[in-house]
Amino acid sequence: MKFVDEYRDAEAAQHYAIAIAQIATHPWTIMEICGGQTHSIVKFGIDKLLPRDITLIHGPGCPVCVTPIEFIDQAIAIASLPSVIFCSFGDMLRVPGSDVDLLTVKAKGGDIRIVYSPLDALEIAQANPTKQIVFFAVGFETTAPATAMLVYQADQQGMKNLSLLVSHVLVPPAMEVILSSPHHQVQGFLAAGHVCTVMGYAEYEAIAQTYHVPIVVTGFEPVDILQGVYLCVKQLEQGQAQVENQYARAVRRTGNEVAQTLMNQVFTIVPRRWRGMGEIARSGLELRDTYANFDATKRFPISIKTTAESSECLSGLILQGIKQPHECPAFSTRCTPEHPLGAPMVSSEGACAAYYHYQMTNDE
Amino acid sequence: MTNTSRLSCPIPIEQYPMILLAHGGGGKLMHQLIEQMFVPMFGSATLHLRHDAAAIALNGQKLAFTTDSYVVYPLFFPGGDIGSLAVNGTVNDLAMVGAHPLYLSVGFILEEGLPMETLWQIVQSMQQAALTANVQIITGDTKVVDRGKGDGIFINTAGIGIIEHPQIIGPHSVQPGDVLLLNGDIGRHGIAVMAAREGLTFETAISSDSAPLADLVLHLLDAEIEIHCLRDLTRGGLASALNEIATAAGVEIEIVESQIPVQVEVRGVCEILGLDPLYIANEGRFVAFVAAKDAERALAILQADQATQNDSSSFANKACIIGRVTRTSTGMVKMKSQIGTQRIVDMLSGEQLPRIC
Repeated sequence: MKFVDEYRDAEAAQHYAIAIAQIATHPWTIMEICGGQTHSIVKFGIDKLLPRDITLIHGPGCPVCVTPIEFIDQAIAIASLPSVIFCSFGDMLRVPGSDVDLLTVKAKGGDIRIVYSPLDALEIAQANPTKQIVFFAVGFETTAPATAMLVYQADQQGMKNLSLLVSHVLVPPAMEVILSSPHHQVQGFLAAGHVCTVMGYAEYEAIAQTYHVPIVVTGFEPVDILQGVYLCVKQLEQGQAQVENQYARAVRRTGNEVAQTLMNQVFTIVPRRWRGMGEIARSGLELRDTYANFDATKRFPISIKTTAESSECLSGLILQGIKQPHECPAFSTRCTPEHPLGAPMVSSEGACAAYYHYQMTNDE
Repeated sequence: MTNTSRLSCPIPIEQYPMILLAHGGGGKLMHQLIEQMFVPMFGSATLHLRHDAAAIALNGQKLAFTTDSYVVYPLFFPGGDIGSLAVNGTVNDLAMVGAHPLYLSVGFILEEGLPMETLWQIVQSMQQAALTANVQIITGDTKVVDRGKGDGIFINTAGIGIIEHPQIIGPHSVQPGDVLLLNGDIGRHGIAVMAAREGLTFETAISSDSAPLADLVLHLLDAEIEIHCLRDLTRGGLASALNEIATAAGVEIEIVESQIPVQVEVRGVCEILGLDPLYIANEGRFVAFVAAKDAERALAILQADQATQNDSSSFANKACIIGRVTRTSTGMVKMKSQIGTQRIVDMLSGEQLPRIC
């Protein structure tokens, strides 16, 4: 299959693995930002192709994982209302809230629909004029434009029975938080290719310069990731800290300006709490005042009582790359995909779930 | 008689106080339900064998008996419908113990308001499928439920077949060295149903692989292929079937990703939606564990059979050898990936998609 098979070619993968081994003279630690990349790395065993001294650590780029528990609790409260059809991406349904998850609400009779695109919610709203339709908008800059398009179209059509619970977050502020931590181990980044498809990579240039860290915009297939690692190691060996674009087949420096304009029109940037990481300044998106009538928190002013997250879950440290999933004492014992203590064990992009599914017997 | 009132529920209520869709998904939660609630309570030796159909001895004859319920939505999808599925699925469960399927029962649960024309189409489709699979539908039952309490129609079929060979086919016969054969490309049924249900449209139509498998299996048996285990790849797909067998047999299985055929359209949909074809449901695919000495011969028989079939998607419909049983272990499935590394193929907790079959 074109655009897939050539990037999963065993020979090309080996070629880059050898090239990396040839240029690496020091141990280096590189963080891939995106959960999709984490998934690829663990699924294909890319880390096993790398020299022992090159360590890949996994970043916070799993939208399901970083959505704060108060949003999950709010989603659960709204989805439980009898007049509501609650629309969500499938992955969110199993994330534990304070008491239950959305799947349990569904089993109790809540009308929860898995959608593949935010615009599906518009169709559901049109087809169910007597119901209130709520879309749970999560994700990074990658999914935000599609949410913005939903708001824009709903506004154009004067939809009265559609609202959104918006929990979109932005990548660069989280990178800066990680780099500002005194415990961080990150020496280079693989930036998330799909985020950059929308946003471009100009905004990463300041980060690379300020923190003197190379950033390589990288795709998601095995050969993409190996090439990204190669470019990053090459910069590290040469003492450089530039932004480079490995994923040129999809990413331009300025990104997708049309999508950015729409996002700007619909959203404003706010501080946002990240699950496991705490509040990060200028890291969240919220509906602008002109679109406030689509805000589900205003339409359904429900007071929720959020309980503390499991004290045993290390998700904060894992999302910042300070710990690896198998270093958690609860990993695969008290925390499994069937009984997750935290979100990284739930999502298909979560680092813990990726390790659990593909590498449980890593040390065998 | 067991005093059931004294027993507490074996699935801790704090974990799952109610049934979730995932309990029917063919993954870990469904197995937990079977292992912890059904098998211990019903506790027969045959049930403990965990096979698609039960093999029972009766007056010197060996019979196979099985049942399955069909709740697929939509009722009609490219390549099949709930009626043909209800016949093929039960015929295939009988075939997986090497039985010659003979008779089926059918139970209809109909929802008030179901158009008569829809029922007529389904019934005709069942009769056609029974004819193709050479089985007779000899008894049945009809119930109607209030509007809103069913999805148009649910069908249960049970089947009886006769086992006319001396081989013991089941997970417990699997041995290190066995070779795994797959009778064609995977994932088409699940994707065809999902596309029809969700209104996803693609440039090329993806058609279900639903088909009866008994003739294929009987041809292998007629040729005296030493078959150790057979499993049709329904809910949970190839990955779940192999995990079930690896666990029940206490072996490690190694498969090779590049050997597993997946139609390019199915791969495309899976890539877009983030699904893994290894976990997608099939209704006309099975995996055979055969003695290494007979593997090539078995492959030739499966391929020759397919050459005579009139499947419009036959370009991808090619039997192949996908792996082998490497050693005894606690039950593990490994896969050599496209890029040459090795990874685990785990069983999913629930399902990738709600309610396929």
